[in-house]
Amino acid sequence: MRFWAAAIVRFIAASVIAGAVIWGAAQAEVAPADVAWGEGNVIAESLSGTPGNAGEGAKIYAEKSLGNCVACHVVSNSDADFQGNVGPSLDGAGSRWTEEQLRAIVADAKHVFPDSVMPSFYKTSGYVRPGEGFTGKPAQEPLKPLLNAQQIEDVVAYLATQKE
Amino acid sequence: MTKAIRSLGALGISLALTLPALAETAPTETPDIVIDGGAVTLPTFADAPAHLEGALGDKIYSGWVFRDAETRAMQEDDFANPSMAFVDQGIEAWNTVDGTEGKSCASCHNEIESMKGVRAVMPKVNAAGELWSMENYINDCRTNRMGAEAWKWSSQPMENMTLAISLQSRGMPVDVAIDGPAKPFWEKGKEIYYTRYGQLELSCANCHQQNYGQMIRADHLSQGQTNGFPVFRINGAGTVSLHERFSGCIRDTRAEPFEQGSQEFRDLELYVASRGNGLPVEGASVRH
Ligand code: HEC
Ligand code: HEC
Repeated sequence: MRFWAAAIVRFIAASVIAGAVIWGAAQAEVAPADVAWGEGNVIAESLSGTPGNAGEGAKIYAEKSLGNCVACHVVSNSDADFQGNVGPSLDGAGSRWTEEQLRAIVADAKHVFPDSVMPSFYKTSGYVRPGEGFTGKPAQEPLKPLLNAQQIEDVVAYLATQKE
Repeated sequence: MTKAIRSLGALGISLALTLPALAETAPTETPDIVIDGGAVTLPTFADAPAHLEGALGDKIYSGWVFRDAETRAMQEDDFANPSMAFVDQGIEAWNTVDGTEGKSCASCHNEIESMKGVRAVMPKVNAAGELWSMENYINDCRTNRMGAEAWKWSSQPMENMTLAISLQSRGMPVDVAIDGPAKPFWEKGKEIYYTRYGQLELSCANCHQQNYGQMIRADHLSQGQTNGFPVFRINGAGTVSLHERFSGCIRDTRAEPFEQGSQEFRDLELYVASRGNGLPVEGASVRH
C-alpha cells in the first residue's frame, strides 16, 4: 500500500519534471542545475532558447569582466591585446568542434576535460570558499554563473565562426 | 594519471580532435642577479628539492627571471631598488626604543647583522610547538619584551622590519625544515596548495606548477617562489608581504582568502617556502 502510493507520487513527479523540460525548452532558459548532457559530452539544446549573436560573443570572449577567455586563449583574428596561452589556441575551434560540443565546453569545461584549469562558466555551486566576485568577501551559494545562458550562446556562436 | 586515461576513453572520438594542452615551460635563460656590479651575485635557479618528486621538473626558478628587463635591472642596483628606502626605515626602527620597557630590538640583539640566517629558515616551529612566521617573532618581542604594541601583519612598520631582517640573509639558500615537528604544518600547507579555491576553481598548483612560463593575460606566470619576499611591487608602488600576495592570488580566483597571519597562511608559507629550498634569499626584491 505504502509502496504503491510512493511509486505513484514518484511517477507523477517525474512526469511533471519531464513535461516541464520539454515544454520549457522552446521558450524558457535552462537553469545551470537542469542542463541536459547528451551522449559524448554534448549539450544539444540551446540554454537560452534564443540563437547566439557572434558579435556579442566576441565582446564577451574578450571582456575582462565577462568571459575573459583571452586570459588563457589566443584567437589570431581577434584584436584583443595580451592574449594568454594557458589554454590551446582557439583558431579553427568552429571546425574542430560542433556547436553542441562548444556549448558543453564553455558551460562546464571540467565535464568535458576532467581536471581542466578552465573555469566552469555555467555552474552555481560546489565551490571551496567562494567569494563575492573579486572582493575577497565570502559569498553564499548558489552564486550567479560566470556567464548567463544568453552569453554562453553568444560565445558559442562566436567560436562557431572560427573556421580553419 | 589513471584518472586522465579513464576519461580519455569516455570522451572517445571528440577528444581525438583536441590539441594537446600546453604545460609549463622552463625559462630559456637564467642569468645571475648581479647587484651593484658584482658586490652581491645571486643565482636564479637551483636543483628542485627532493620532496617535490619532480612536480616542477628538475629545476626551481626565482620569480625574477620571469620579469621584464626593466624590473630586473631595478633589483640589480641597490640605489634604484625602491625596497631599500624601507629597509633603512626598518633599521632605524631596530635601533629605536619603543614601549614601556625602554628597549629597542638592538638592546637585546645588538646590531641587525645578528639576524643573518633568520629569514632563510622562516617560518619555523617555536619552543611551544607552534609554527611561527617572522612577523610572529617580531610581535612577540614587541609585546612581551619591549612592552610595545603589536604591529599589524602587513602594516608598513612590520614590512620595514621584515625587509631589514630579510636583507641580512641575502644570498643564503632557503632552508626551511619540513620534518619533525614541522611535518603536520607542512602537510596542511601542501593540502592548501593543491586545493582549488573560488568560483574559478584554481589552485596554486594550477598556475604556478602546471603553467609557469605561460602567459595568463598580460602576466608571465612564475613558479610562485617566496625567496624574494617581502617584495617591492612596481604596480602597487609599495612593499608587499608574503601573506598579502597569497591573499591577492586567492582573491583572484573569486574566493574568500584566509586572514593574513592565520594558521592556514603560515602553513601555506612553510609549504611554499619548502618548494624553494635551495634558492637564495633575495631579501629586498623587486617585482612588477
Ligand atoms: C584559466 C584558463 C582558461 C580560461 C579562462 C578559459 N579557458 Fe578554455 N581551455 C583552457 C584549457 C587549459 C583548455 C584545454 C583543455 C584541457 O584542460 O585539457 C581549454 C579548452 C578550450 C576549448 C577547446 C579547445 C580545443 O580546440 O581543443 C574551447 C573551445 C575553449 N577552451 C573555450 C573557452 C572560452 C570560450 C572561454 C571563456 C568563456 C575559455 N575557454 C576560458 C583554459 C581556459
Ligand atoms: C589565476 C592564477 C593564479 C593562482 C591560482 C595563484 N597565483 Fe600566485 N601569482 C599569479 C600571478 C599572475 C603572479 C604574478 C606573476 C608571477 O610571479 O607569477 C603571481 C605571483 C605569486 C607570487 C610572487 C612570486 C614572486 O617571485 O614575486 C607568489 C609567492 C605566489 N603567486 C603564490 C601563490 C600561492 C601560494 C597561490 C595559492 C594560494 C597562488 N599564488 C595562486 C597568479 C596566480
